[in-house]
Amino acid sequence: MPKLEVFLQTLIQGFLLGGLYALIGLGMALIMGVMKIINLAHGQLMMIAMYMAFWLFTLGHVDPYVSVLLAVPAMFGIGVAIQKWLINPLQRVDSIMPQNQIILTVGIGMVLTNLATLFFSGDYRSTPVSYATKAWYLSDFWKTSPLELSVSYKELVSFLVAAAITAALWFFLQKTDTGKSIRATAQDKDAALLMGVNVERMRVVTFGLGTALVGAAGCLFIPAYYLFPDLGGQFTTIAFVVTIIGGLGSTTGAIFGGLILAVFESFTATYVGMGWATVGRFVIFVAVLIFLPGGVYSLIRSKKLGK
Amino acid sequence: MQRYAPLAVAALLALVPFLGLSSYLMHIFILVIMWAIIGMAWNLLGGFTGLVSFGHAAFFGLGAYCAAIVYHHFAWSGWWGLPLSVVVVALFSLVMGFVVLRLRGPYFNLSTLAIGEVLRVTAQNLDKLTQGDLGILLSQRTWTEKQNYYWVVLLLALGTYYAVKALVGSRRGYYFVAIREDQDAAESLGINTTLNKTISLTVSGVLTGIAGAFYFNYMGYIDPKVVFDLPGISILAIMIVMVGGAATLTGPLVGSVIMVLLAEWVRSIPKLGAAHMSVFGVLLILMIIFLPNGLVGDFGKIRKLFRRKEAA
Repeated sequence: MPKLEVFLQTLIQGFLLGGLYALIGLGMALIMGVMKIINLAHGQLMMIAMYMAFWLFTLGHVDPYVSVLLAVPAMFGIGVAIQKWLINPLQRVDSIMPQNQIILTVGIGMVLTNLATLFFSGDYRSTPVSYATKAWYLSDFWKTSPLELSVSYKELVSFLVAAAITAALWFFLQKTDTGKSIRATAQDKDAALLMGVNVERMRVVTFGLGTALVGAAGCLFIPAYYLFPDLGGQFTTIAFVVTIIGGLGSTTGAIFGGLILAVFESFTATYVGMGWATVGRFVIFVAVLIFLPGGVYSLIRSKKLGK
Repeated sequence: MQRYAPLAVAALLALVPFLGLSSYLMHIFILVIMWAIIGMAWNLLGGFTGLVSFGHAAFFGLGAYCAAIVYHHFAWSGWWGLPLSVVVVALFSLVMGFVVLRLRGPYFNLSTLAIGEVLRVTAQNLDKLTQGDLGILLSQRTWTEKQNYYWVVLLLALGTYYAVKALVGSRRGYYFVAIREDQDAAESLGINTTLNKTISLTVSGVLTGIAGAFYFNYMGYIDPKVVFDLPGISILAIMIVMVGGAATLTGPLVGSVIMVLLAEWVRSIPKLGAAHMSVFGVLLILMIIFLPNGLVGDFGKIRKLFRRKEAA
């Protein structure tokens, strides 16, 4: 049954990729929820983290999965700096254009992409890790299996690390004081301010956190993907589409959004053609906007309220 | 007097080819005026109606491909692309408006960006119609001299200027500004916001599409990566308006002069050439922080700054 095999393999591939998409989308959803702006430099920041992992691997022989530990704090710092010195001052600027902050992040993204091209050249790079071709086959475990399916080692590890980070983030947001303050700021900025939450600091922490999450995703992506300076833009759109599918700045929604988008994309790539995967991304985006404008989150919420 | 100032400027500009400038300088003049058209078109939607589009490359590329396909498949003159692009882009804007105009704020911004990208990928993949990444080449340009192109684009720019001016000065123009300031308030006052936003989007798109059709006839070659380029077309259109001044009539022309000259200048410096996007990005960041309404919009602010220095 080769048809079923292809179908299942595509599903697995999409699901594993979905974990990473969810991580990218989570960072975007956090920033969008707390600050009500879209960070159009999101993918470009991920590209920077990927270069960090790449150079750590090439020069220091640090495994990309270990470099997560180094890249995350570094990216957190970059995010904090951007928020503190570039985005926060804008709130005091008087302008007739309503979406200045978004255009600002476009400017940041342009500079990052261009600087990466200047310093690291436009070459396609990859990290030739020792486990690059390692994979597990279903027939290894189940000799008489009628289907032959495989799971690549690096994709599975990336997925598991992404899931662990997501779980840690959930714990942080649900259980810690800072996490609760962030959620309060996202729900109602003014009410949070009245309750004694330092809203200004929460914005800075959130932007740092969002950047750190996408940085972690970058390190997890690098064993499996090519790296080049222009790659950022494509991941910015992925992050945005994930949050749209998930629903307005909802973190739970972003996880579902990431899985749905990745599975849909891998099906488009298998059954329509590689070149159309990007178009598929936008088709699902427009379809969600028309048929489910609140995203997956609105479904979850209506179910909760129904009880 | 002020009423005739644009005509006087246009008349002066029309005399430029008689100065006997080099072919390269004429090229710069043509680019400046073409970008002024796109800037004015973007400004109608972004500056006056407050709908910041990241996807004007969609209209530009669609217009350019109208001209290219008419030429390539029917062997007509590429200039037929100009009237055809009006029809095609208008229809496209109506369909696009149906999806994107129900969105607000960041959602609108990103969906326009997505549409620009979708058209690029589609044009890359529809080999039969667009020749994909190979692009379409105009084997013989209408004129070898640049001056005729210059006059054509100048005429288009003058038409665009008066079209935008008439629209903005009319009752509808006030509706646009009301929508920008507060869409809900505008709606509660009885303004049909969907209709007015659709009009703004369609006019803005059509004007950009005409510029795109002109671009094919002038440059003689297009491919999806050039005409649907995100930083090269969509973002540059935003920058021209941000530098010149959003929601001003003359801002896009000022912005276009600065941006085109800056682009050419930075590219000509050997070591800085590759960094021109960084220069643009930093300029964009500085403009947003210090002169958010552009050179024309914040002219009073700039003048005050210099006055204070004189007084001190």
